[in-house]
Amino acid sequence: MTLIATESLTKVYGGGVTALSDLTVAVEPGIVGLVGANGAGKSTLIKLLLGLLTPTRGRIQVLGLDPTADTAAVRARVGYMPEHDCLPPDLSAAELVTHLGRISGLPRTVARERASEALRHVGLHEERHRPVGGYSTGMKQRVKLAQALVHDPDLLLLDEPTNGLDPAGRDAMLALVQRIGTEFGISVLVCSHLLGEVERICDTLVAIEGGRLLRADHIAAMTSATDVLAVEVSEGTEALATRLAALDLPVGREGRLLLVPLADQGTYDLILGAVAELDLPLHRLDQRRHRVAELFARREHSHA
Amino acid sequence: MPEPTGVIHDIGYQRYTGPRLGRRHVFGALYLHGVRTAFGLGRSAKAKIFPWLVVGIVLLVAAAVTAIRSQIGEVIMTYAQFADAMSWLVIFFVAVAAPELVSRDMRSGVLPLYFSRPLPHADYPLAKLLALATALFLLLGAPQLLMFLGGAFTADGMGAVWDELLDLLPGLLYAGLWAVVFSSVGLLIASLTGKRAFAAGGIVAVFLMTTPIVGILTVLPSQTANQLAGIASPPTLVQGVGLWTMRDLLVTEANTADLDLGPFGPVYALAAVALVAGCVALLLARYKKVAAR
Repeated sequence: MTLIATESLTKVYGGGVTALSDLTVAVEPGIVGLVGANGAGKSTLIKLLLGLLTPTRGRIQVLGLDPTADTAAVRARVGYMPEHDCLPPDLSAAELVTHLGRISGLPRTVARERASEALRHVGLHEERHRPVGGYSTGMKQRVKLAQALVHDPDLLLLDEPTNGLDPAGRDAMLALVQRIGTEFGISVLVCSHLLGEVERICDTLVAIEGGRLLRADHIAAMTSATDVLAVEVSEGTEALATRLAALDLPVGREGRLLLVPLADQGTYDLILGAVAELDLPLHRLDQRRHRVAELFARREHSHA
Repeated sequence: MPEPTGVIHDIGYQRYTGPRLGRRHVFGALYLHGVRTAFGLGRSAKAKIFPWLVVGIVLLVAAAVTAIRSQIGEVIMTYAQFADAMSWLVIFFVAVAAPELVSRDMRSGVLPLYFSRPLPHADYPLAKLLALATALFLLLGAPQLLMFLGGAFTADGMGAVWDELLDLLPGLLYAGLWAVVFSSVGLLIASLTGKRAFAAGGIVAVFLMTTPIVGILTVLPSQTANQLAGIASPPTLVQGVGLWTMRDLLVTEANTADLDLGPFGPVYALAAVALVAGCVALLLARYKKVAAR
């Protein structure tokens, strides 16, 4: 089953601002990272997924349902953790999460049980009976996560879950999200403007920029294709490039470096052979593992 | 002391396969939560002080009225007059409870948590409105019930108790009218701001600042203006409707009403209906906008 599918999805706000433009993407269940700069359209996409906004054009499906038509059915199966502060300071975490569980349609006693379970899973124990106003940022983020989890959704939408956390808190939150996605069997869409964070935990990465799809793929597909050999020779770079191109190797340039995708171990031999034949002074030859960020950075440059 | 023998097992995450209740139950949960909030239940001790102070005063007044009546055998306040006499307290109660119900949620940013759940955006304000109206009705109705019980026990014979009941029922209906008008106006004002102090001030202002307008209209040389003056302010509007529908119960020898309606009683009733309908429509429009944020 497809987790989220959009087709030419476009959202233009009242003032004529285009938040999403012709977005077509389909993602499978698992942990999905949605990355993009602030204002790229991440929050708009989340609101469309929740049926809080209606698409201007195009179609959107969540868990096989249309959030515009089957709003209640979608929301019963989706949990949402907003980016901003959303906790009333004078209620205890247990009371708040129980109440919100009831609003999600849980019977009274079930809501209470599941609320303390959800809070336990996010790491809040005795402190759950204290008013939220006295919590640290990290604890508040956990309560926000617990309220999204209380009604046992099939999909969690997390908007910048690591916002405002220190490095240790970020790691803990990411580990928690990863656990929810793998052990709990709940699919997760994590929104972030920090690619480095989400790429550590997600299976699929969707990158948007200016309301347009930059790229959507399995993270494995993205990183495996990025192993590259960087070759640097002190002189005769051009000759070597021509020679390698003649050997059917797709050569890229980066300053004085020649970049050759690493197909298999034979690639090494081909390059070394070419350098030896041309009798060039080889300065360096090393393997690079691209981080996903560089992939996007390159694509952005080529767009510009 | 026995040794602890239990071992805590981490049973891991449990999926939920039980029932998920529908819209009616969700509405009910939100409504009950609202009624409790209006009286400060489930809140800090500080939040309980004011509502229960008001409850204490109205019950005390009712008890005093009942006691005096049983001593001197004279009705010093009818059931319907009770609501009129308590109007100031009702206004202050609304000014505290309405912001507690809606402004607080707006301020803390909790609304996205409601509107991302299977709760239609109209249900949230309607449940809150119903909760506030219920709280006001309880505030005005409970003391009347106390007065009725006092009157019924001192009455001679079932016939007198029956007469007493026939006096009580219009009084409760009148309390219901107060509750509906005041809660719809109060909640609309409170829904406009996240600052509770502003909301409370706004509510008191709308209810009390409109009173001078009534005063000015009643001294104008035109008789029509005098008779329509009460429409300008919610409390006098409600009193006007009361006077038109149950003059006997509101105007007694001990308490003559200063409001002269002339032939405009139905106009008061229409104005009250229009005021409530307008407030509810604006409230729904307000939350339609808020929900999409």
